[in-house]
Amino acid sequence: MIRYEDVHKSFGPNRVLRGLTLDVPRGESMVIIGGSGTGKSVALKCVLGLVEPDAGTILVDGRPAAEGDREAFLARFGMLFQGGALFDSLPVWQNVAFRLMRGALKRPRADAREIAIEKLRRVGLTPEVADRFPAELSGGMQKRVGLARAIAADPAIIFFDEPTTGLDPIMAGVINDLIREIVVEMGATAVTITHDMTSVRAIADRVAMLHGGIIRWTGPVAEMDTSGDPYLDQFIHGRAEGPIAAVR
Amino acid sequence: MTRLLGGIGAQVLAVLAAVGRVAIFAAVTLRHLVTPPFYGREFLGALLNIGWLSLPVVGLTAVFTGGALALQIYAGGSRFDAEAVVPQIVAIGMVRELGPVLVGLMIAARVTSSIAAEIATMKVTEQIDALVTLSTHPMKYLTVPRVLAGLVTVPLLVGVGDIIGIFGGYQVAVRSLGFNPATYLQNTVDFLEPLDVLSSLVKGAAFGVIATLMGCYSGMNSGRGAQGVGAATKSSVEAASVLILAANFLLTGVFFSA
Repeated sequence: MIRYEDVHKSFGPNRVLRGLTLDVPRGESMVIIGGSGTGKSVALKCVLGLVEPDAGTILVDGRPAAEGDREAFLARFGMLFQGGALFDSLPVWQNVAFRLMRGALKRPRADAREIAIEKLRRVGLTPEVADRFPAELSGGMQKRVGLARAIAADPAIIFFDEPTTGLDPIMAGVINDLIREIVVEMGATAVTITHDMTSVRAIADRVAMLHGGIIRWTGPVAEMDTSGDPYLDQFIHGRAEGPIAAVR
Repeated sequence: MTRLLGGIGAQVLAVLAAVGRVAIFAAVTLRHLVTPPFYGREFLGALLNIGWLSLPVVGLTAVFTGGALALQIYAGGSRFDAEAVVPQIVAIGMVRELGPVLVGLMIAARVTSSIAAEIATMKVTEQIDALVTLSTHPMKYLTVPRVLAGLVTVPLLVGVGDIIGIFGGYQVAVRSLGFNPATYLQNTVDFLEPLDVLSSLVKGAAFGVIATLMGCYSGMNSGRGAQGVGAATKSSVEAASVLILAANFLLTGVFFSA
């Protein structure tokens, strides 16, 4: 469904992606792991057009991501940002229903609010939260609101950028379970980037290890522990010694 | 010597590049201004924030300036027995120059800084990226409503500021300097011409666009983190203030050079 073909991206002298090639099959949950600053977020943002690749091709359902009707293209995606990226000036329900109140998916305000409350309930938040502002919520609640916003328009593809960063282990577990349930329930294709190995085991069907701007290893999550790949082994066991330099 | 010239050349190129980027940003804003979709709710919010909520600061600035102007003209005019010109000079000074410029600078301080800080914070917290993923163009959603609101409300604020400034001068002249109220008002009305008022409103519109555009530009192009937000806010106010003063000079030349 999503195919990266030899994608390159540099920021000044920093070559972040050096020929990223990866297939994300339809309906699967792919988790991309890798150290900080290895280009995981850049890889996601290249698909959405937030970052323009220097070279290479990204195909979504066989069509180049950069071509065609942009609004229709983006309408197929939902994204949970690392920090939530909720709009401070809008109450929670308007954050969740943002896409449903504008553009091609616009519907009556009352309907949009009803859907927002239903999605909030789906992520374990009560309707009372709907009229609060993001600044009034805890980090875990903000993540859940971000998740509700990502699924509000029932997208075919959902991106999760570091979904458990900054959360306590219990809340991280709740978010992981929610992501897994929602992906299975919606039949969506999911791409998650994280370096939280608990999340990887909870969310992934397949895992891809990004290091040095390329995919070092990819395969089913069940084969991750027996891959024999020294980069992957070092990363998943959190060892300081190995082919990945501890100080980068 | 070569190094010095090279340094000067690099600075000149940097300034020209910045001017070019602002010009492109303005052109893109104009394009989005005339093509749908339009976000009415955001426009109304910007009208409220830029127009209505700026009224207190604009009113206070104008009333004190008008009062001080009356005192200064009276004191200066008394040196050559020209105290009687206070109403005329207060009126022309407020309407042609002080009203638009001071309102413009107050808007730069209050609105430009707030827009830059808000949009820069949205940028560093990925809210602008989130807008894009939600199929919403940031220029249409953030920039166009604010610039349009600046274009509409700042001339009105300038008009209000002119009136309040004249009122401040009137109060000082009548209460402290012994002017006859009716004569003062008659002299004010008789002396002002339609071109004075038109120039004031046109300057207000230009300053409104400059103030909001520079706030949006600096916010959208801010660096990372708290330092980036701070730098964007500072540079937006600096740029807007200088551009407002430069535009005032140019517009004064256009209206009154002959």
